[in-house]
Amino acid sequence: MRIQKRTIGLIVYLVLLLLPIYWMLNMSLRSNADILNAFALYPKDPTLTNYVKIFTEESWYSGYVNSLIYVSINTAIALLTALPAAYAFSRYRFLGDKHMFFWLLTNRMAPPAVFLLPFFQLYSTFGLIDTHIAVAISHCLFNVPLAVWILEGFMSGVPREIDETAYIDGYSFPRFFATIFVPLIRTGIGVTAFFCFMFSWVELLLARTLTVTNAKPIAAVMTRTVSATGLDWGLLAAAGILTIVPGALVIWFVRNYMAKGFALGRV
Amino acid sequence: MDKWEDNRAWWLVVPVFLIVAISAIIPLMTVVNYSVQDIFGPGQRVFVGTEWFKEVLTDRRLHEALGNQFLFSGLVLLIEIPLGVAIALAMPKQGWRASLCLVLLALPLLIPWNVIGTIWIIFTRPDIGLMGVAINGLGLEFDHTAAPLDAWVTVMLMEVWHWTPLVVLLAYAGLRAIPEAYFQAARIDGASAWATFRYIQLPKMRGVLTIAVLLRFMDSFLIYAEPFVLTGGGPGNATTFLSIHLVKMAVGQFDLGPAAAFSLIYFLIVLLFSWLFYQALQNVGTGDKR
Repeated sequence: MRIQKRTIGLIVYLVLLLLPIYWMLNMSLRSNADILNAFALYPKDPTLTNYVKIFTEESWYSGYVNSLIYVSINTAIALLTALPAAYAFSRYRFLGDKHMFFWLLTNRMAPPAVFLLPFFQLYSTFGLIDTHIAVAISHCLFNVPLAVWILEGFMSGVPREIDETAYIDGYSFPRFFATIFVPLIRTGIGVTAFFCFMFSWVELLLARTLTVTNAKPIAAVMTRTVSATGLDWGLLAAAGILTIVPGALVIWFVRNYMAKGFALGRV
Repeated sequence: MDKWEDNRAWWLVVPVFLIVAISAIIPLMTVVNYSVQDIFGPGQRVFVGTEWFKEVLTDRRLHEALGNQFLFSGLVLLIEIPLGVAIALAMPKQGWRASLCLVLLALPLLIPWNVIGTIWIIFTRPDIGLMGVAINGLGLEFDHTAAPLDAWVTVMLMEVWHWTPLVVLLAYAGLRAIPEAYFQAARIDGASAWATFRYIQLPKMRGVLTIAVLLRFMDSFLIYAEPFVLTGGGPGNATTFLSIHLVKMAVGQFDLGPAAAFSLIYFLIVLLFSWLFYQALQNVGTGDKR
């Protein structure tokens, strides 16, 4: 009986969660005139014109390609740098460790509006404006600290006896880390990868400031749907639906890492 | 659990430090620089000391925005954290149902923030939006463009809709990381569901919940794009949160000096409260651990 109630609650929540997304899907399959003309629970005369437009115009689909490139670079950098650092924070005490750990997170706390100008100046000094790498590195500002924090939490859940046993067995640090430790915390790595992907994917202000055309993200391209005649709701909704797809694929791939849980007792 | 004492661990942290410091320290110093100068144009600037800080701190509209902001972030934490934990507890533990839940939950998180606001504009429109039509169908007056309370409700709903899944995902990952042996021990002891939650699941989720609380606090305190697109800070100044006020100041009036001073104060407020939350969550409940 208890389980039943829980499940019903969960289903109600998921349905409510999906309503705005369903509405977006509904609009994406209708023409703009149709949307503004009448309320309709489902598209009576479904059309794919909005999607066709996005897939055939380079200015549209290049936005997705650009976003995917810098988001992937960013996720890779964040994971590779954060893994050893999170290990250090979870296993060692060293000079200034607590301050360093909290300082990392403070980088997520600055209100972006005024910081955009210095960011632009900094990256143009390096000649990196309008490149994917610039956006990827600037997004490290908020993704690397997050990655360190999440990974540290997962690593602290692994008993230290595992490390000790491995060192006694003669494993070197890099070999232990890569072959024993990383597989043990793959849950955490999956979760972290997803969060890095997500925060970089939806971030707009930095990405828009640092790019002109070559690396322009999809979120910035989408603001183009605002024209003199008002918003093109159908086109915007179609683009919105498509922004969900890559992230949904990512979480589909990491879902097992998130769901499988903790496989102890390997060593 | 004592950690090993070894300063060589710094070498493992150096890459992270470098990549973050590039983007963190130089812009921060530039903003500090702006905040103590009056800037007329390139090369024309006067040192004004703490004048901007004084001006900002006595600004009445800022106090109003700050009040809005605290109310908003407080409500966000009070609603999203318990709701997120509850949903995570209700989720299936494995199998295709768990996978499906995870993917569905992630959908709102993946939409760019400016698009979220736009989607909610049309979703709540009384003529062609699902929510607007449904509420009017119930016979209630609802217009988030005119009534401050309706605007607040809409912004809160959007925020809860958008970000609760983040808490769920973190809490769920934390729950799955608890070894099965703990639950077996609890079953053998005949522990109730509540006791299992209180003494096993909740303490084990401390780490992920700390992250969830801090992230939700920081991001809701810095929220900009979603309410800006949805309500533009209105009606009146009802939903003008701090960052909306800041952008009005920096872009609208083009006052770089006061805006920079304001940014730094803003930053310090977020820093102070995050630190308080962090300390509290680190220490709460450690007494009854064993």
